[in-house]
Order: sequence, then C-alpha cells, then structure tokens
Amino acid sequence: MPLHRFANPGRFMRLADRLLPWTGGLAVLAIGLGLYLGLFVAPPDYQQGESVRIMYVHVPSAWMALFVYSCIALASAAALIWRHPLADLAAKASSPVGAAFTFLALVTGSLWGKPMWGTWWVWDARLTSVLVLFFLYLGHMALLSAFEDPARGRKAAAVLALVGFVNVPIIKFSVEWWNTLHQPASVFRLGGPTIHPDMLWPLLAMGLGFTLYYVSLLLIRIKCELIEARLRAFGRAAMAAAPAPAAQ
Amino acid sequence: MSSFASFLEMGGYGGFVWPAFALTAAVLLALLVDSLRRLKSGQRTLARLEAESPQRRSRSSADAAAGGQA
Repeated sequence: MPLHRFANPGRFMRLADRLLPWTGGLAVLAIGLGLYLGLFVAPPDYQQGESVRIMYVHVPSAWMALFVYSCIALASAAALIWRHPLADLAAKASSPVGAAFTFLALVTGSLWGKPMWGTWWVWDARLTSVLVLFFLYLGHMALLSAFEDPARGRKAAAVLALVGFVNVPIIKFSVEWWNTLHQPASVFRLGGPTIHPDMLWPLLAMGLGFTLYYVSLLLIRIKCELIEARLRAFGRAAMAAAPAPAAQ
Repeated sequence: MSSFASFLEMGGYGGFVWPAFALTAAVLLALLVDSLRRLKSGQRTLARLEAESPQRRSRSSADAAAGGQA
C-alpha cells in the first residue's frame, strides 16, 4: 500500500502544509467563479424563474453530502481492513463536514420546494433518504464518542458507516425507483447532462469549489486530530512521570 | 439603484434565494473558523508543553539518534 507512506504523522503534516494553500486558494476561486456565474450570468429558468438560482448551492451541497459519506465509508473500510492509522482520523474529521452539507441540502431544498412545490417538506423517497443520511452522520459522530475506549468507538462508527452505505445508491436512484416530487438527475446521468451549459458551468464551478473546501477542511481537521493525539501522549507521559520523576 | 433592487428581489423569490445562499455561507464559514480555532489552540498548547519539557527528546532528535546508531 503506497498510502502507508502517509501513515507517518510528520510526513502527513508536511504534505498537508504544502497542499493547503493550493486547495484553499483554488476553493475560493472556484466558489467565487460559481457565485458570479450563478447569480449574474446564468439565465432564469423558463418555468422556475429566478428561484432556480437556489440550485447553485442546493445541488453542490447534496453532491457533497453523498461524496463525503462515500469517503467516510472508504476510510472506514481502510481502517477496518488495513488498520491504516490515518483512515480512522479521516473518517472522524469528515463526519461533521458531511453532516453540515446534508443539513444545507435539506434546508436549501426546503427553501426551493416552498415556492416551487408549494410545500417545505414531503415524505417522499428522495427527501426521506437524505434525512436518513443526516441521521447516519449524527450517529457516526455519536458513536465515536460513546465508548470509554476510543478504539471501540472508532470500530463501531466504521461498521455503521459501512452498513449505512446502502443508503447512498438509494438516494441516487430514489428519483427513478419511486414516484417523487423531486426532479430526476440532469448532470450525472447516462447519456450526459440534459441541463443547459449556462446553468451547468456555475454548477460545476460550485461543485469543484465545495470539493476543494472539503479537502482543505479535511487536512486542517486531520492535523487537529494528530496534534490532539500528541497532547494526550504528553498527558500520559506526565502522569507516568509524576510518581517517579527519577525514572530518566 | 433600481437594477440593484430588482437583483435583490430575484423576480419575487428573494425571500427564498437569499436565505439559501446566506445559510450556506454561514454554515461553511462557521465550520472553517471553528476548525482553524481548534488547530491554533492545539498548536499553542503543544508548543507550550514542548517548551516546558526540554528534557523530553523531540521526534526529530530521536530519529536522528536512531539513524546515528544504525
């Protein structure tokens, strides 16, 4: 596994410090471009009018909700199978970010649904399965801190993440398998996008920006985990040294 | 001015479009600020602890010692 090269915390820290200015800077550029294209250049929809601009935050948030969960499932598999030490940290660092994106997808969808569908919420397949995804994220975060032994918490959370992964294809295909108010996919579909390029470009720019934002935040939060692990090691060393200071 | 007002109005959907954008910005920025604060406070505490216990060998000097033995 070439990934084991990054199992060394010091090496990871140096790599993260080198990457962060790029991922962060490009995230700002892509989101800035996406906002400009989405708010000023893209035309209003012929049916939905200006309300369609909610799409430029709603759809990338929903993409990220699924993407971050898939990353957590992948990291959990790597943690359970290969015991890669950074995989557990990546999963732990990701779930609050994924929960935030899922929350945004739900609320911005609600703000879009009220004027277009006439309702804030409907218990249909797409909306309900995304709500389940939100609870999976909350469960993942809760399990990580539910055990006295953090290793047991990490293992339980990893199992939950893998079992919950069945929800991801359910969300993706819910608009085809069941009758729903939610419109079907218009970007990532067999046969290519059906959406007009003037609307596709701001969407892709925002999607790229959100992905780079997630990567930057992931690097920062894994750094936090590594530093806090060293702080805990300091605490243990101090406790072990306290009764016998002459141990050196 | 009137063009700016009509931009804000968003064809009558301003009350839905702007809260969606504002909430997205608020949540993403809050998460970023919280993570950066956590990183800074961790780095500060670690630097203080490492300064307080100079007798504890740092990782790099331990690595150098191990390399010297090999």
